[in-house]
Amino acid sequence: MTLLRLAFKSIRSRAFTTSLTIFSIALSVMLLVGVDRLRNAAQAGFAGTLSQTDLIVGARGGDLPLLLSTVFHLGNASNEISWDTYQHFAHHPAVAWTIPISMGDSHRGYRVIATDENFYSHYQYRHDHHLALADGHIPTSLFDIVLGSEVASVLRYHLGQKIILSHGIESRSILEHTNVSFTIVGILAPTATPVDRALYMTLLGDEAMHYGWENGTPPAIGEELPKLDPSKLQVSAITSFLLGTKSRISTLQLQREIDTYKPEPLTAVIPAFTLQELWSILDYADRTLSIISAAVLVVGLIAMLIALYTALNERRREIAILRTVGFHARQIVALFLIEAALIASMGTTLGIAAVYVLLLALRNVIESRFGLPVALVGLSLRVEIYVLITITSATLLGFIPAFRAYRNSLMDGLNAP
Amino acid sequence: MSNSTVAQAISLKNVRFDYVENHRVLDIESLEVAPGRRLFLHGPSGSGKTTLLSVISGILLAQEGEVRVLGHDLKRLSLSARDILRGSEIGYIFQNFNLIPYLTVRENIALPCTLHAKRRSRMGALSLSEEVHRIASRLDIHANLDAAVTRLSTGQQQRVAIARAIIGSPPLVIADEPTSSLDADRRDAFLALLTEMIVETQSTLLFVSHDLSLAPHFDESLSLASLNRGRVIVQGAA
Repeated sequence: MTLLRLAFKSIRSRAFTTSLTIFSIALSVMLLVGVDRLRNAAQAGFAGTLSQTDLIVGARGGDLPLLLSTVFHLGNASNEISWDTYQHFAHHPAVAWTIPISMGDSHRGYRVIATDENFYSHYQYRHDHHLALADGHIPTSLFDIVLGSEVASVLRYHLGQKIILSHGIESRSILEHTNVSFTIVGILAPTATPVDRALYMTLLGDEAMHYGWENGTPPAIGEELPKLDPSKLQVSAITSFLLGTKSRISTLQLQREIDTYKPEPLTAVIPAFTLQELWSILDYADRTLSIISAAVLVVGLIAMLIALYTALNERRREIAILRTVGFHARQIVALFLIEAALIASMGTTLGIAAVYVLLLALRNVIESRFGLPVALVGLSLRVEIYVLITITSATLLGFIPAFRAYRNSLMDGLNAP
Repeated sequence: MSNSTVAQAISLKNVRFDYVENHRVLDIESLEVAPGRRLFLHGPSGSGKTTLLSVISGILLAQEGEVRVLGHDLKRLSLSARDILRGSEIGYIFQNFNLIPYLTVRENIALPCTLHAKRRSRMGALSLSEEVHRIASRLDIHANLDAAVTRLSTGQQQRVAIARAIIGSPPLVIADEPTSSLDADRRDAFLALLTEMIVETQSTLLFVSHDLSLAPHFDESLSLASLNRGRVIVQGAA
């Protein structure tokens, strides 16, 4: 009978304390790995939301707010940029494509984005995935609207249905655009990015909805709205735009040109760089959480030590029997070390499994509640190091009861109490 | 040792042992047990019997004197050589706690043979599981082979202990008060069974008990109290 089998049967015979110990180690490993995986999943999710875009351009303001509001629909843009400026850069010789974005309205908590057909042909996520329509077609007329996949599934909307939009981006808007209704003409295929949680209409549709408004304020109560004349509609401003260059090399030069554009104060950010800035801010939180989880892990390992140590006395006779059938004293030591390693391995496996079960289960909640895109990620070097440290330190801690058992067996002889 | 066939099974000369200095637990001038004998060693509690058995089985090492077991001078053997000698050549029966609680009856019986090839090799053509079953049938515990040991009665547990002690026919079997937890009827049945099995395996038996009435079951009986000049002050752990 190998020591491993003996060790396994031994800890199984103390099922209650063993499972409590395994549980406490699993819990601490889960916290430790969970923090790391969640950070990684969020990073992968954020990074995968927008790809192949070289610059995001908006009115002069902070880099991070521009990125977060434009791509992740978090927060508000500070200002608008004029249509003329947009046209200037859209036709710039170094620019391959642009996607105009205009925000400011919502529908039942989901943002409404006014854009044009470039969005459907040039927006890319997770390296090289293009947007696809699960059903219907892209907006072709003023009052057409396309839904992100989550909007469609959560609100149970279908093609041809008419909906009314709200002014502002708060989930409980005080003002509805009751003068116009939009017809759902398309539903996007799921992307697992914030794209799923928005509605998309045309730029002119946005103008039509606000037709007759003076300086961004709605008409006073009782004031007659002028009759909508589609031919008079024109886009005057957008919130921001995404830009792809013809050659990556010109990105920095173009960024500089936009930042110093005289007619209008603008900000251009490189998405990957700005995301990096976000992670360095979140690193503090990550480090704090990791330290707390490491402390929890220490507690879990000490619980294991206590469980093994307190069982020593009732195991003295068992060890005397093992000695009489020819176990070496060092095999007794090995038995305890293997038991500690087994408990730690089971705890670690359970903890990591729990992380992935939770990640899978909470993925949608995290995405829809907090707007954080979460990607499923594999194990990282950091997790492997955690696993190694946990099992090694558990085995080293096993030396304490092992050495005590060894000394007992040498001192007691066969005189097991 | 090469001349083990003519050597005594157990031979102690001027053996002294103490756990703590100047508290001599064992002080035995001479003890000789010939091979194949069944020796009853009478020792009231406190006469140092468990210590003596630990010394003979090579778990404790005497500070002074010579201890030879089955021809081997224990002092000349390394720690692990003594462990191997004990596992492969000696069967051991405890007073009342004989079984590893988390192993089945079958695994408990087979334990010494799974560790020591030499013990397995004496079983002849039979496989380990066949031998376990054969011995278990002889002791009438074959129906309980896969049972949890906690479900056995005390009498059944002691029979499992016999089975584990004699499997693989070890030349020496040591029994430390194995009958103290049995009532009179069961005690006699146990002794008869043990004697029968020992005769079969041709082992030397060293049987220690405080109960003098057991003496007639054996070839020879000795009083440990008169043998041992040492005085037990603390028995067992220091």
